[in-house]
Amino acid sequence: MLFAMIRAGMRDDALRSNTPWICVSCYHCVVRCPQDVHIADVMYTLKSMAIRAKLYQDSTAPDFSQTFVHMVETYGRSFEFGLATRHYLRHFPLKIPGMAGMGIGMLKKERMHLRPTKIAGMDQLSAILARAKALELTA
Amino acid sequence: MSGYLLYPGCSMETSAVAYHDSLAAVADLLGLELREIDDWNCCGATEYLGINLIPAYALIARNLALAARQANGSRTVVAPCSACYLNLSKANHYMRERPILGERVNEALAAGGLHYDPGSVHIRHLLDVLINDIGLERVRDRVSRPLAGLRVAPYLGCMVPRPDYEKRWSDHEHPDELDRLLEALGAEVIDFPLKTHCCGGHMTQISPETAYELIRRLLQAADQYQADMIATVCPMCQLNLDAYQSAANQHFHTDYSIPVVFFTQLMGLAFGLDAEAAGFGRELVSARDALDRIGLPRQAPEEGEGATRQRRPRKPEGLPMPTVPGREGKG
Repeated sequence: MLFAMIRAGMRDDALRSNTPWICVSCYHCVVRCPQDVHIADVMYTLKSMAIRAKLYQDSTAPDFSQTFVHMVETYGRSFEFGLATRHYLRHFPLKIPGMAGMGIGMLKKERMHLRPTKIAGMDQLSAILARAKALELTA
Repeated sequence: MSGYLLYPGCSMETSAVAYHDSLAAVADLLGLELREIDDWNCCGATEYLGINLIPAYALIARNLALAARQANGSRTVVAPCSACYLNLSKANHYMRERPILGERVNEALAAGGLHYDPGSVHIRHLLDVLINDIGLERVRDRVSRPLAGLRVAPYLGCMVPRPDYEKRWSDHEHPDELDRLLEALGAEVIDFPLKTHCCGGHMTQISPETAYELIRRLLQAADQYQADMIATVCPMCQLNLDAYQSAANQHFHTDYSIPVVFFTQLMGLAFGLDAEAAGFGRELVSARDALDRIGLPRQAPEEGEGATRQRRPRKPEGLPMPTVPGREGKG
Protein backbone atom coordinates (compact mmCIF):
# COMPACT_ATOMS: atom_id res chain seq x y z
CA MET A 1 0.00 0.00 0.00
CA LEU A 2 2.68 2.47 1.06
CA PHE A 3 4.89 1.42 -1.83
CA ALA A 4 1.96 1.77 -4.23
CA MET A 5 1.45 5.34 -2.95
CA ILE A 6 5.12 6.12 -3.48
CA ARG A 7 4.98 4.71 -7.01
CA ALA A 8 1.82 6.71 -7.70
CA GLY A 9 3.61 9.89 -6.68
CA MET A 10 1.32 10.53 -3.70
CA ARG A 11 4.15 12.23 -1.82
CA ASP A 12 2.29 13.84 1.06
CA ASP A 13 0.08 10.82 1.73
CA ALA A 14 3.12 8.57 1.77
CA LEU A 15 4.93 10.86 4.19
CA ARG A 16 1.88 11.06 6.46
CA SER A 17 1.71 7.26 6.72
CA ASN A 18 2.39 5.80 10.16
CA THR A 19 4.05 2.70 8.69
CA PRO A 20 7.64 3.98 8.93
CA TRP A 21 7.03 5.05 12.54
CA ILE A 22 5.75 1.66 13.61
CA CYS A 23 8.71 -0.06 11.90
CA VAL A 24 11.09 -1.46 14.53
CA SER A 25 13.87 -2.29 12.03
CA CYS A 26 13.49 -6.05 12.45
CA TYR A 27 14.66 -6.55 8.85
CA HIS A 28 12.33 -9.48 8.26
CA CYS A 29 11.01 -7.71 5.15
CA VAL A 30 14.54 -7.14 3.85
CA VAL A 31 15.54 -10.80 3.95
CA ARG A 32 12.19 -11.94 2.58
CA CYS A 33 11.77 -9.44 -0.28
CA PRO A 34 12.07 -11.34 -3.58
CA GLN A 35 13.20 -8.13 -5.32
CA ASP A 36 15.92 -7.34 -2.78
CA VAL A 37 14.34 -4.00 -1.89
CA HIS A 38 16.00 -2.48 1.18
CA ILE A 39 12.65 -1.82 2.78
CA ALA A 40 13.95 -0.92 6.24
CA ASP A 41 16.22 1.71 4.70
CA VAL A 42 13.29 3.08 2.69
CA MET A 43 11.46 3.45 6.02
CA TYR A 44 14.38 5.43 7.46
CA THR A 45 14.34 7.72 4.43
CA LEU A 46 10.58 8.24 4.72
CA LYS A 47 10.99 9.13 8.39
CA SER A 48 13.64 11.74 7.71
CA MET A 49 11.60 13.20 4.82
CA ALA A 50 8.48 13.34 6.99
CA ILE A 51 10.37 15.10 9.78
CA ARG A 52 11.74 17.65 7.34
CA ALA A 53 8.31 18.24 5.76
CA LYS A 54 6.63 18.10 9.23
CA LEU A 55 4.10 15.68 7.82
CA TYR A 56 3.79 13.17 10.65
CA GLN A 57 0.48 12.83 12.48
CA ASP A 58 1.71 11.62 15.86
CA SER A 59 4.81 13.32 17.19
CA THR A 60 5.73 10.64 19.76
CA ALA A 61 8.17 8.73 17.55
CA PRO A 62 9.79 11.72 15.79
CA ASP A 63 10.25 13.42 19.16
CA PHE A 64 11.84 10.33 20.64
CA SER A 65 14.32 10.03 17.76
CA GLN A 66 15.17 13.71 17.95
CA THR A 67 15.65 13.65 21.72
CA PHE A 68 17.89 10.59 21.39
CA VAL A 69 19.96 12.28 18.71
CA HIS A 70 20.18 15.45 20.79
CA MET A 71 21.69 13.41 23.66
CA VAL A 72 24.19 11.77 21.32
CA GLU A 73 25.15 15.12 19.80
CA THR A 74 25.70 16.55 23.28
CA TYR A 75 27.57 13.71 24.96
CA GLY A 76 28.68 11.36 22.18
CA ARG A 77 26.89 8.58 24.07
CA SER A 78 23.30 7.72 24.64
CA PHE A 79 21.88 8.75 28.01
CA GLU A 80 18.97 6.52 28.87
CA PHE A 81 17.88 8.14 32.11
CA GLY A 82 17.69 11.63 30.62
CA LEU A 83 16.08 10.36 27.46
CA ALA A 84 13.38 8.26 29.13
CA THR A 85 12.55 10.92 31.72
CA ARG A 86 12.27 13.71 29.19
CA HIS A 87 10.29 11.58 26.76
CA TYR A 88 7.80 10.24 29.33
CA LEU A 89 7.27 13.71 30.83
CA ARG A 90 6.34 15.02 27.45
CA HIS A 91 4.33 12.16 26.00
CA PHE A 92 3.20 9.82 28.77
CA PRO A 93 3.12 11.91 31.98
CA LEU A 94 0.28 9.81 33.38
CA LYS A 95 2.28 6.63 32.93
CA ILE A 96 5.23 7.83 35.00
CA PRO A 97 3.89 6.51 38.35
CA GLY A 98 3.41 3.08 36.75
CA MET A 99 6.97 3.04 35.42
CA ALA A 100 8.59 4.38 38.60
CA GLY A 101 9.09 0.90 40.08
CA MET A 102 11.01 -0.23 37.04
CA GLY A 103 13.13 2.92 37.05
CA ILE A 104 13.99 2.50 40.72
CA GLY A 105 14.80 -1.17 40.07
CA MET A 106 17.18 -0.20 37.29
CA LEU A 107 18.85 2.40 39.51
CA LYS A 108 19.16 0.00 42.43
CA LYS A 109 20.74 -2.66 40.22
CA GLU A 110 23.09 0.03 38.93
CA ARG A 111 21.84 -0.48 35.39
CA MET A 112 20.98 3.16 34.84
CA HIS A 113 23.14 6.19 35.58
CA LEU A 114 21.78 9.53 36.74
CA ARG A 115 24.55 11.39 34.92
CA PRO A 116 25.57 11.09 31.30
CA THR A 117 29.01 9.95 30.13
CA LYS A 118 30.74 12.29 27.73
CA ILE A 119 33.40 11.20 25.25
CA ALA A 120 36.79 12.97 25.26
CA GLY A 121 36.65 13.81 21.56
CA MET A 122 33.37 15.71 21.75
CA ASP A 123 34.78 18.69 19.80
CA GLN A 124 35.98 16.38 17.08
CA LEU A 125 32.60 14.62 16.89
CA SER A 126 30.74 17.95 16.83
CA ALA A 127 32.91 19.20 13.97
CA ILE A 128 32.27 15.97 12.03
CA LEU A 129 28.52 16.15 12.58
CA ALA A 130 28.34 19.86 11.69
CA ARG A 131 30.14 19.20 8.39
CA ALA A 132 27.92 16.15 7.78
CA LYS A 133 24.78 18.23 8.28
CA ALA A 134 25.99 20.83 5.79
CA LEU A 135 26.69 18.04 3.30
CA GLU A 136 23.25 16.55 3.89
CA LEU A 137 21.62 19.78 2.72
CA THR A 138 23.58 19.83 -0.51
CA ALA A 139 22.90 16.15 -1.21
CA MET B 1 45.35 -15.83 17.62
CA SER B 2 45.84 -12.09 17.48
CA GLY B 3 43.53 -9.91 19.51
CA TYR B 4 40.31 -8.19 18.57
CA LEU B 5 39.14 -4.63 18.88
CA LEU B 6 36.06 -4.25 21.04
CA TYR B 7 33.25 -1.82 20.38
CA PRO B 8 31.20 -2.22 23.57
CA GLY B 9 28.39 0.25 22.86
CA CYS B 10 26.55 2.46 25.35
CA SER B 11 24.30 -0.23 26.85
CA MET B 12 27.23 -2.34 28.01
CA GLU B 13 28.12 0.40 30.49
CA THR B 14 24.60 0.85 31.82
CA SER B 15 21.61 -1.45 31.38
CA ALA B 16 23.68 -4.38 30.09
CA VAL B 17 26.50 -4.19 32.61
CA ALA B 18 25.92 -7.90 33.31
CA TYR B 19 26.82 -8.57 29.66
CA HIS B 20 29.94 -6.46 29.97
CA ASP B 21 31.17 -8.09 33.16
CA SER B 22 30.41 -11.65 32.11
CA LEU B 23 32.03 -11.08 28.71
CA ALA B 24 35.20 -9.76 30.34
CA ALA B 25 35.38 -12.80 32.64
CA VAL B 26 34.60 -15.33 29.90
CA ALA B 27 37.01 -13.75 27.40
CA ASP B 28 39.74 -14.05 30.01
CA LEU B 29 39.05 -17.74 30.56
CA LEU B 30 39.01 -18.44 26.83
CA GLY B 31 42.11 -16.40 26.08
CA LEU B 32 40.10 -14.08 23.86
CA GLU B 33 41.97 -10.79 23.77
CA LEU B 34 39.67 -7.75 23.45
CA ARG B 35 41.04 -4.21 23.23
CA GLU B 36 38.44 -1.48 23.56
CA ILE B 37 38.41 1.17 20.84
CA ASP B 38 39.61 4.39 22.46
CA ASP B 39 36.97 7.09 22.92
CA TRP B 40 34.31 5.38 20.79
CA ASN B 41 30.95 7.13 20.43
CA CYS B 42 27.33 5.96 20.24
CA CYS B 43 26.36 4.13 17.02
CA GLY B 44 23.07 6.06 16.74
CA ALA B 45 20.95 2.96 17.48
CA THR B 46 17.79 2.91 15.38
CA GLU B 47 17.21 6.64 15.83
CA TYR B 48 19.81 8.65 13.97
CA LEU B 49 19.25 7.06 10.55
CA GLY B 50 15.64 8.21 10.68
CA ILE B 51 16.66 11.83 10.92
CA ASN B 52 19.72 12.58 8.80
CA LEU B 53 21.57 10.23 6.52
CA ILE B 54 25.09 11.68 6.22
CA PRO B 55 25.39 12.63 9.92
CA ALA B 56 24.13 9.18 10.92
CA TYR B 57 26.79 7.45 8.82
CA ALA B 58 29.46 9.96 9.90
CA LEU B 59 28.63 9.20 13.54
CA ILE B 60 29.15 5.48 12.91
CA ALA B 61 32.20 6.03 10.70
CA ARG B 62 34.08 7.95 13.39
CA ASN B 63 34.21 4.63 15.26
CA LEU B 64 35.38 2.77 12.17
CA ALA B 65 38.10 5.36 11.56
CA LEU B 66 39.26 5.17 15.19
CA ALA B 67 39.28 1.37 15.00
CA ALA B 68 41.30 1.34 11.77
CA ARG B 69 43.82 3.74 13.31
CA GLN B 70 44.15 1.63 16.43
CA ALA B 71 44.10 -1.68 14.54
CA ASN B 72 47.77 -2.57 14.89
CA GLY B 73 47.53 -6.06 13.46
CA SER B 74 43.98 -6.88 14.49
CA ARG B 75 41.51 -5.68 11.91
CA THR B 76 38.45 -7.31 13.40
CA VAL B 77 36.06 -5.28 15.49
CA VAL B 78 33.86 -7.31 17.81
CA ALA B 79 30.47 -5.86 18.71
CA PRO B 80 28.46 -7.64 21.42
CA CYS B 81 25.39 -5.39 20.97
CA SER B 82 23.05 -6.16 18.10
CA ALA B 83 22.25 -2.59 17.05
CA CYS B 84 25.92 -1.60 17.24
CA TYR B 85 26.89 -4.65 15.19
CA LEU B 86 24.26 -3.81 12.60
CA ASN B 87 25.14 -0.12 12.36
CA LEU B 88 28.90 -0.65 12.15
CA SER B 89 28.52 -3.31 9.45
CA LYS B 90 25.91 -1.23 7.65
CA ALA B 91 28.20 1.81 7.37
CA ASN B 92 31.13 -0.40 6.39
CA HIS B 93 28.99 -2.04 3.70
CA TYR B 94 27.18 0.97 2.26
CA MET B 95 30.24 3.23 2.22
CA ARG B 96 31.92 0.63 0.01
CA GLU B 97 28.87 -0.19 -2.09
CA ARG B 98 27.93 3.45 -2.70
CA PRO B 99 31.10 5.45 -3.33
CA ILE B 100 29.22 8.79 -3.22
CA LEU B 101 28.12 8.05 0.34
CA GLY B 102 31.67 7.01 1.22
CA GLU B 103 33.07 10.26 -0.18
CA ARG B 104 30.60 12.44 1.67
CA VAL B 105 31.12 10.64 4.94
CA ASN B 106 34.87 11.02 4.53
CA GLU B 107 34.41 14.72 3.82
CA ALA B 108 32.60 14.98 7.14
CA LEU B 109 35.25 12.89 8.94
CA ALA B 110 37.94 15.21 7.56
CA ALA B 111 36.45 18.01 9.68
CA GLY B 112 37.63 15.97 12.65
CA GLY B 113 40.95 15.01 11.10
CA LEU B 114 39.83 11.45 10.38
CA HIS B 115 39.51 9.23 7.32
CA TYR B 116 38.13 5.74 6.77
CA ASP B 117 38.67 3.38 3.85
CA PRO B 118 35.49 1.29 3.70
CA GLY B 119 36.18 -2.38 4.36
CA SER B 120 39.51 -1.83 6.09
CA VAL B 121 38.15 -3.33 9.30
CA HIS B 122 35.82 -6.32 9.62
CA ILE B 123 32.78 -6.10 11.84
CA ARG B 124 31.81 -9.31 13.60
CA HIS B 125 29.33 -10.14 16.30
CA LEU B 126 30.68 -11.68 19.50
CA LEU B 127 28.70 -14.90 19.00
CA ASP B 128 30.19 -15.33 15.52
CA VAL B 129 33.72 -14.94 16.91
CA LEU B 130 33.05 -17.41 19.71
CA ILE B 131 31.61 -20.05 17.39
CA ASN B 132 33.88 -19.65 14.38
CA ASP B 133 37.21 -18.46 15.79
CA ILE B 134 37.34 -19.80 19.33
CA GLY B 135 35.27 -22.84 18.39
CA LEU B 136 32.92 -25.05 20.33
CA GLU B 137 35.69 -27.52 21.20
CA ARG B 138 37.53 -24.90 23.20
CA VAL B 139 34.30 -23.81 24.83
CA ARG B 140 33.48 -27.43 25.77
CA ASP B 141 36.96 -27.92 27.20
CA ARG B 142 36.39 -24.99 29.53
CA VAL B 143 33.10 -26.27 30.94
CA SER B 144 33.56 -27.39 34.52
CA ARG B 145 29.95 -27.09 35.65
CA PRO B 146 27.66 -28.31 32.87
CA LEU B 147 24.26 -26.63 32.93
CA ALA B 148 22.47 -29.98 32.89
CA GLY B 149 18.76 -29.73 33.54
CA LEU B 150 18.53 -26.03 32.76
CA ARG B 151 15.99 -25.47 29.99
CA VAL B 152 17.07 -22.43 27.99
CA ALA B 153 15.29 -20.56 25.21
CA PRO B 154 17.95 -19.21 22.81
CA TYR B 155 16.90 -15.72 21.75
CA LEU B 156 18.75 -13.65 19.15
CA GLY B 157 16.28 -10.94 18.22
CA CYS B 158 16.48 -9.17 14.89
CA MET B 159 19.68 -7.36 14.17
CA VAL B 160 22.27 -10.08 14.51
CA PRO B 161 21.03 -12.53 11.86
CA ARG B 162 19.48 -9.83 9.65
CA PRO B 163 20.20 -8.29 7.22
CA ASP B 164 23.59 -10.06 7.49
CA TYR B 165 25.73 -7.86 5.21
CA GLU B 166 28.77 -10.10 5.68
CA LYS B 167 26.91 -13.42 5.18
CA ARG B 168 28.01 -14.78 8.52
CA TRP B 169 24.92 -16.62 9.76
CA SER B 170 23.49 -20.08 9.11
CA ASP B 171 19.99 -18.68 8.56
CA HIS B 172 18.27 -15.30 8.70
CA GLU B 173 15.24 -16.49 10.63
CA HIS B 174 16.27 -19.70 12.39
CA PRO B 175 20.02 -19.66 12.81
CA ASP B 176 21.43 -22.37 15.11
CA GLU B 177 24.66 -20.76 16.34
CA LEU B 178 23.34 -19.78 19.76
CA ASP B 179 21.65 -23.18 20.18
CA ARG B 180 24.93 -24.95 19.52
CA LEU B 181 26.85 -22.76 21.92
CA LEU B 182 24.34 -23.28 24.73
CA GLU B 183 24.33 -27.03 24.06
CA ALA B 184 28.12 -27.00 24.41
CA LEU B 185 27.55 -25.63 27.92
CA GLY B 186 25.43 -28.67 28.72
CA ALA B 187 22.13 -26.80 28.83
CA GLU B 188 18.89 -28.27 27.59
CA VAL B 189 18.18 -26.00 24.62
CA ILE B 190 14.62 -25.70 23.40
CA ASP B 191 13.87 -25.23 19.71
CA PHE B 192 12.55 -21.71 20.26
CA PRO B 193 10.32 -20.76 17.33
CA LEU B 194 10.44 -17.02 18.07
CA LYS B 195 14.20 -16.87 18.41
CA THR B 196 14.58 -14.07 15.88
CA HIS B 197 11.30 -12.25 16.49
CA CYS B 198 11.29 -8.65 17.67
CA CYS B 199 11.38 -7.67 21.37
CA GLY B 200 9.71 -4.34 20.62
CA GLY B 201 12.91 -2.33 20.27
CA HIS B 202 12.30 1.34 21.01
CA MET B 203 8.51 0.82 20.98
CA THR B 204 8.47 0.78 24.80
CA GLN B 205 9.06 4.54 24.48
CA ILE B 206 6.85 5.25 21.48
CA SER B 207 3.90 2.91 21.67
CA PRO B 208 4.16 0.90 24.89
CA GLU B 209 1.10 -1.24 24.07
CA THR B 210 2.76 -2.39 20.84
CA ALA B 211 5.91 -3.28 22.74
CA TYR B 212 4.00 -5.16 25.43
CA GLU B 213 2.30 -7.30 22.80
CA LEU B 214 5.64 -8.27 21.25
CA ILE B 215 7.12 -8.93 24.70
CA ARG B 216 4.11 -11.06 25.67
CA ARG B 217 4.45 -13.27 22.60
CA LEU B 218 8.04 -14.07 23.45
CA LEU B 219 7.34 -14.74 27.13
CA GLN B 220 4.33 -16.88 26.29
CA ALA B 221 6.29 -18.99 23.81
CA ALA B 222 9.16 -19.46 26.25
CA ASP B 223 6.66 -20.41 28.94
CA GLN B 224 4.87 -22.89 26.68
CA TYR B 225 8.18 -24.60 26.08
CA GLN B 226 8.72 -24.60 29.85
CA ALA B 227 11.97 -22.69 29.55
CA ASP B 228 13.65 -21.89 32.86
CA MET B 229 15.38 -18.93 31.27
CA ILE B 230 15.73 -16.93 28.10
CA ALA B 231 19.33 -16.42 26.95
CA THR B 232 19.92 -13.45 24.69
CA VAL B 233 22.76 -11.83 22.75
CA CYS B 234 21.27 -8.34 22.74
CA PRO B 235 21.09 -5.54 25.36
CA MET B 236 17.83 -4.17 23.93
CA CYS B 237 16.15 -7.59 23.98
CA GLN B 238 17.33 -8.19 27.54
CA LEU B 239 16.10 -4.79 28.68
CA ASN B 240 12.68 -5.14 27.09
CA LEU B 241 12.00 -8.70 28.21
CA ASP B 242 13.41 -8.25 31.70
CA ALA B 243 12.71 -4.67 32.77
CA TYR B 244 9.33 -4.43 31.00
CA GLN B 245 8.18 -7.93 31.93
CA SER B 246 6.18 -6.64 34.88
CA ALA B 247 4.61 -3.83 32.82
CA ALA B 248 3.65 -6.37 30.14
CA ASN B 249 2.22 -8.66 32.83
CA GLN B 250 0.17 -5.79 34.20
CA HIS B 251 -1.09 -4.87 30.75
CA PHE B 252 -2.24 -8.40 29.89
CA HIS B 253 -3.10 -9.59 33.44
CA THR B 254 -0.52 -12.33 33.08
CA ASP B 255 1.95 -13.55 35.64
CA TYR B 256 5.07 -14.53 33.74
CA SER B 257 8.27 -14.70 35.69
CA ILE B 258 10.94 -15.75 33.23
CA PRO B 259 14.50 -14.59 33.85
CA VAL B 260 16.28 -13.13 30.83
CA VAL B 261 20.07 -13.28 30.85
CA PHE B 262 22.96 -12.80 28.45
CA PHE B 263 24.45 -15.94 26.93
CA THR B 264 27.86 -14.93 28.28
CA GLN B 265 26.45 -15.17 31.82
CA LEU B 266 25.57 -18.82 31.20
CA MET B 267 29.05 -19.37 29.76
CA GLY B 268 30.50 -17.91 32.95
CA LEU B 269 28.39 -20.25 35.11
CA ALA B 270 29.35 -23.28 33.05
CA PHE B 271 33.01 -22.25 33.25
CA GLY B 272 32.72 -22.42 37.04
CA LEU B 273 32.37 -18.73 37.94
CA ASP B 274 30.11 -17.93 40.84
CA ALA B 275 26.81 -16.36 39.91
CA GLU B 276 27.75 -12.85 40.93
CA ALA B 277 30.96 -12.87 38.90
CA ALA B 278 28.86 -14.02 35.93
CA GLY B 279 26.68 -10.92 36.29
CA PHE B 280 23.70 -12.57 37.98
CA GLY B 281 21.71 -10.41 40.38
CA ARG B 282 21.42 -7.51 37.95
CA GLU B 283 18.27 -8.88 36.34
CA LEU B 284 14.94 -7.46 37.52
CA VAL B 285 13.20 -10.83 37.12
CA SER B 286 15.38 -12.87 39.44
CA ALA B 287 17.17 -15.91 38.03
CA ARG B 288 17.70 -17.43 41.48
CA ASP B 289 15.00 -20.08 41.27
CA ALA B 290 16.34 -21.20 37.93
CA LEU B 291 19.87 -21.33 39.32
CA ASP B 292 18.60 -23.42 42.24
CA ARG B 293 17.40 -25.95 39.74
CA ILE B 294 20.95 -26.66 38.64
CA GLY B 295 22.09 -26.82 42.23
CA LEU B 296 23.98 -23.57 42.36
CA PRO B 297 24.72 -22.30 45.87
CA ARG B 298 22.58 -19.34 46.84
CA GLN B 299 24.03 -15.85 46.99
CA ALA B 300 23.17 -13.38 49.72
CA PRO B 301 19.39 -12.90 49.78
CA GLU B 302 17.99 -10.02 47.77
CA GLU B 303 15.48 -7.49 48.99
CA GLY B 304 11.85 -8.21 48.22
CA GLU B 305 12.76 -11.69 47.06
CA GLY B 306 9.63 -13.28 48.48
CA ALA B 307 7.43 -11.32 46.10
CA THR B 308 9.16 -12.54 42.95
CA ARG B 309 8.93 -16.30 43.50
CA GLN B 310 7.93 -18.17 40.38
CA ARG B 311 4.20 -18.37 39.92
CA ARG B 312 2.21 -20.10 37.23
CA PRO B 313 0.93 -17.61 34.64
CA ARG B 314 -2.75 -17.03 34.33
CA LYS B 315 -4.28 -17.41 30.92
CA PRO B 316 -3.08 -14.53 28.76
CA GLU B 317 -5.69 -12.30 27.21
CA GLY B 318 -3.75 -10.97 24.23
CA LEU B 319 -4.16 -11.89 20.61
CA PRO B 320 -4.25 -15.64 19.91
CA MET B 321 -0.90 -17.12 19.02
CA PRO B 322 0.00 -20.46 17.47
CA THR B 323 0.60 -23.01 20.21
CA VAL B 324 3.20 -25.72 20.48
CA PRO B 325 2.25 -28.88 18.59
CA GLY B 326 0.97 -31.45 21.04
CA ARG B 327 0.41 -28.85 23.74
CA GLU B 328 -2.64 -27.12 22.29
CA GLY B 329 -5.01 -25.60 24.76
CA LYS B 330 -2.53 -25.63 27.61
CA GLY B 331 -1.58 -22.00 26.86
